[in-house]
Amino acid sequence: MSGVFSPTRAKIKERTLRTDKWWLEPAITFGVLFSFVIYATFRAFEGANYYAQHLISPFYSPCLSEACVPEATMFGWTPVSAEIFNFALSPALIILIFPLGFRMTCYYYRKAYYRSFWMSPPACAVAEPHKKYTGETRAPLILQNAHRWFFYFGLIFNVILSYDAVISFKNPEGEWGHMSVGSLVLVVSSTLLWFYSLSCHSCRHTVGGRLKHFSKHPVRYKIWSWVSVLNHSHQKFAWYSLLAVAFADIYVRQVASGAWTNFYFF
Amino acid sequence: MARKLNLRIWRGDATDGGLKDVQVDVNEGEVVLDVIHRVQATQMGDLAVRWNCKAGKCGSCSMEINGKPRLACMTQVASFDENETITVTPLRAFPVIKDLVTDVSFNYKKAMEVPAYEHPKELAPGEARMEQIDVERSQEFRKCIECFLCQDVCHVIRDHEENKKSFAGPRFFIRIAELDMHPLDTLKNRKRKAQEEHGIGMCNITKCCTEVCPEHIKITDNAIIPMKERVVDIKYDPARMFAGILKREKRN
Repeated sequence: MSGVFSPTRAKIKERTLRTDKWWLEPAITFGVLFSFVIYATFRAFEGANYYAQHLISPFYSPCLSEACVPEATMFGWTPVSAEIFNFALSPALIILIFPLGFRMTCYYYRKAYYRSFWMSPPACAVAEPHKKYTGETRAPLILQNAHRWFFYFGLIFNVILSYDAVISFKNPEGEWGHMSVGSLVLVVSSTLLWFYSLSCHSCRHTVGGRLKHFSKHPVRYKIWSWVSVLNHSHQKFAWYSLLAVAFADIYVRQVASGAWTNFYFF
Repeated sequence: MARKLNLRIWRGDATDGGLKDVQVDVNEGEVVLDVIHRVQATQMGDLAVRWNCKAGKCGSCSMEINGKPRLACMTQVASFDENETITVTPLRAFPVIKDLVTDVSFNYKKAMEVPAYEHPKELAPGEARMEQIDVERSQEFRKCIECFLCQDVCHVIRDHEENKKSFAGPRFFIRIAELDMHPLDTLKNRKRKAQEEHGIGMCNITKCCTEVCPEHIKITDNAIIPMKERVVDIKYDPARMFAGILKREKRN
């Protein structure tokens, strides 16, 4: 008997005496994240319908494989073979580790999935079901310490996805100065990704959090103050950017498959 | 206007105990500690409860109210439904002494393990000066009233008694963070100790400590995560190693 049932503690047989709906938040989190994982896995392996009319899905950008649609590549640069060990590799599989790694090691998502998937704990003051707990002190969870590396890669991805959003201001004939619903979707998606990245705890640490003397570094202190404001909403940006990226991919897929028409405002 | 309140109070000691139902008068504006005192005065003269200031500043009346770690003096009875039974138990992370009183000495042992502030040798007492922006950063952590609700709710020790020897807990992570961010503190290796001796790596950022803090200290965002990032600086950041910065970091 361990934890709240340890011999020296108050003899209470219930795992929790909470009377509110403590299970609701982890249940919703589980549902949304699980749905995203299923959809993202399907899309990562699909290897099709990721480009249409100067719109490229964020799941497939940058498109680095020889299998990529030529228009979807970055200046025709395709350094990765289309097949590895006779296995046709979807272009998404080459790059998804970076955004996936960034979200997996994110301090907010850690809270979300430790609670909702691993139930460690499922909610505050609700006893967890595990007998042993070592936290993030050993493999594989010690790899959570790599978060800042994914953050740096994430910034590169943000630049590329912002470039994709700019490219989307072309009409199907390739003429600049046209805006479609797809442009709007990609602009919103890439903007939210910037907010998500810049509100990140590793960003906050890098720009100034690691300092001992704020007073000796007034510029970094100012930047740290701005990032701290964003950091208050990191959870919101994590969700909004996730949903925006998923919707951007759905939109491009639907347009590429011909199911939806990309409406042009001008 | 007094009304009747259904209360369930845990009574017992380390050997045995259970929840006892009582009905007690409650007046408008009263807090849970008021009704516990009324029960003590009228029905259970030997009910043990620890309290002191009744103003949310001493941290003595920590207990679990409807399963949530809270200060009894800061929990309004009106915040519950009129027909709701309020259940009051001792903190479930610490050994119970009697009724609502627990042995929180674990926290004092952990406090002694945190090395104190080390003043620069070249500065005589009275010579030290700090800018306001440097003071403000650690001021948040100084609001801690040591109610130990964060320690109680932390699943690392609440659900795993065996971790108590190697885990300091959120209250002491804010102390360590405060000292590590102090511009004048000269103690070496505070970050390394946070990881290797105080067990900050065991925290998995589920933020329960922040949720229950009656002083609304952002324990996770402003203390634990920054300390984890500082540990990454000295232990898990290859770029810093290559840059030779690690050597300098070790002295901090």
